[in-house]
Amino acid sequence: MNTKLLQLLEKDCTLNREQLAAMTGLTVAQVEEQIREFEQARVVLGYRAVVDWDRTEREAVTALIEVKVTPQRGEGFDRVAERIYQYDEVESVYLMSGAFDLTVIISGRSLKEVAHFVGEKLATIEDVTGTATHFILHKYKENHLIFEKREEQQERFVLE
Amino acid sequence: MMDYDKILCGRIREVKPSGIRKYFDLLEGMEGGISLGIGEPDFVTPWHIRDAGIYSLEKGFTKYTPNAGLSDLRRAISRYMKRRFDLEYAPIGQIVITVGGSEGLDLAFRCLIEPGDEVIIPTPSFVCYGPLVSMAHGVPVLVETRAEDEFRLTPEELKKAITPRTKALVLPFPCNPTGGIMGREDLEALADVLRGTDIMVISDEIYAELTYGQGHVSMANIPDMYERTIVINGFSKAYSMTGWRLGYVCGPKPLLSAMTKLHQYGIMSAPTTSQYAAIEAMEKGDEDIEAMKEEYDGRRRFLVEGFRRLGLECFEPRGAFYTFPCIRSTGLTSEEFCDQFLQAEHVAVIPGSAFGPGGEGFVRACYAASMKDLAEALERLERFLGTLK
Repeated sequence: MNTKLLQLLEKDCTLNREQLAAMTGLTVAQVEEQIREFEQARVVLGYRAVVDWDRTEREAVTALIEVKVTPQRGEGFDRVAERIYQYDEVESVYLMSGAFDLTVIISGRSLKEVAHFVGEKLATIEDVTGTATHFILHKYKENHLIFEKREEQQERFVLE
Repeated sequence: MMDYDKILCGRIREVKPSGIRKYFDLLEGMEGGISLGIGEPDFVTPWHIRDAGIYSLEKGFTKYTPNAGLSDLRRAISRYMKRRFDLEYAPIGQIVITVGGSEGLDLAFRCLIEPGDEVIIPTPSFVCYGPLVSMAHGVPVLVETRAEDEFRLTPEELKKAITPRTKALVLPFPCNPTGGIMGREDLEALADVLRGTDIMVISDEIYAELTYGQGHVSMANIPDMYERTIVINGFSKAYSMTGWRLGYVCGPKPLLSAMTKLHQYGIMSAPTTSQYAAIEAMEKGDEDIEAMKEEYDGRRRFLVEGFRRLGLECFEPRGAFYTFPCIRSTGLTSEEFCDQFLQAEHVAVIPGSAFGPGGEGFVRACYAASMKDLAEALERLERFLGTLK
């Protein structure tokens, strides 16, 4: 498996086929074939932009919720995780080691919307035994991307 | 009125100003300009290295260091030279920490050259060697390297350039601007010419960590050449630390002792904060080098392939972070090409002629720039080449 190609895509999926080919030393046809295989094998799940909604008019609230659940016989945590991730509001679900079981990250338009989701939908799932909701106040960095523009050095060397 | 021209020494008056500056001045005033001109990594120094510098300030380490540099740093460099290049240099007596590789070069020239001594300099190469030799009362002897030799210095050319006044040979490999490197056999062939002479090799290995495909070999690795070689290196390119101004010189003890003496009077000691940061770089920076190199390698392939696709011959650079495409097919001189390309498309590249004999007919484009800029520069180049037909 060409992990070099994957690394390049993970960093910047807007690189076109020609650029990827030149950078990896593959042909354009090989790159296309590889990408098709990655997508089919679900090695690559999707391609998305990282958006800083704080710079827009649109209100957005993200919360990280610690969830305690009762695992099911024969299915462990999978079934309850599945019941949680079906909701569109849910961005991410991770099974955790430690004091709680699942981390659920959800985003909504307002605090109220998130509270409603936790109270009405998440907490009422049968196997969920407890939740602790943490609202995200400010994002500094996500997916290796820093939200603030880095200040650049003003005066620089020009003469060789 | 004072006539300062008479007051200045003849040697500095003879030194020509760099022809490169005008491109940056012009680019400055242009909307959406892209610079592939500057010879500097586009990465910020890795955070753990910056942090080590900051921590040294917090602890109040703001005094001079020993003249030759912090002993911890010299020990770290000694281990690094062994680990990365299989070269053994004693931390005490064989290593001096300098203000960039440039100071190392200056020290070497000034400690070796008697008035009228000749120093052989392969070109096209970094612009500083000639002026530094001249200021040390030496005579630069420029020897052209050619694309058909992959910009390597051949033993024949070296032999031809040697005279009874030859004091030293500069080996600027991996080479700025050509991207040429010298492999072990290439160096062996030069060593055959130099064995039995008193000619010293001043090996500028500032790009040693940036080779693609085959690893760097130093002249000091070649039998009988260790005692004839002064290795110049630094932190600027390998760790993206240009502004920290830190380099080092390794070589035979008697020479290093002389160079340390000169360094002690001219500089005292290299910047203390930079030296503490550099210890971190030497000890924990190997992974940073790999990551940056991999990034450069992708851009290198992309740019070379782009030039070739557009019909410009381009030698595949094996080191540093420059491409050196041939622009003779356009019918323009390299300076005309750079002027017109900048005016028409607002992209700065540097005429090969600025790097000495053998550079005419080529331009230097640096790939230490974002993929987005490289792709955009190639698109503009395509448009520009279209208008020349």
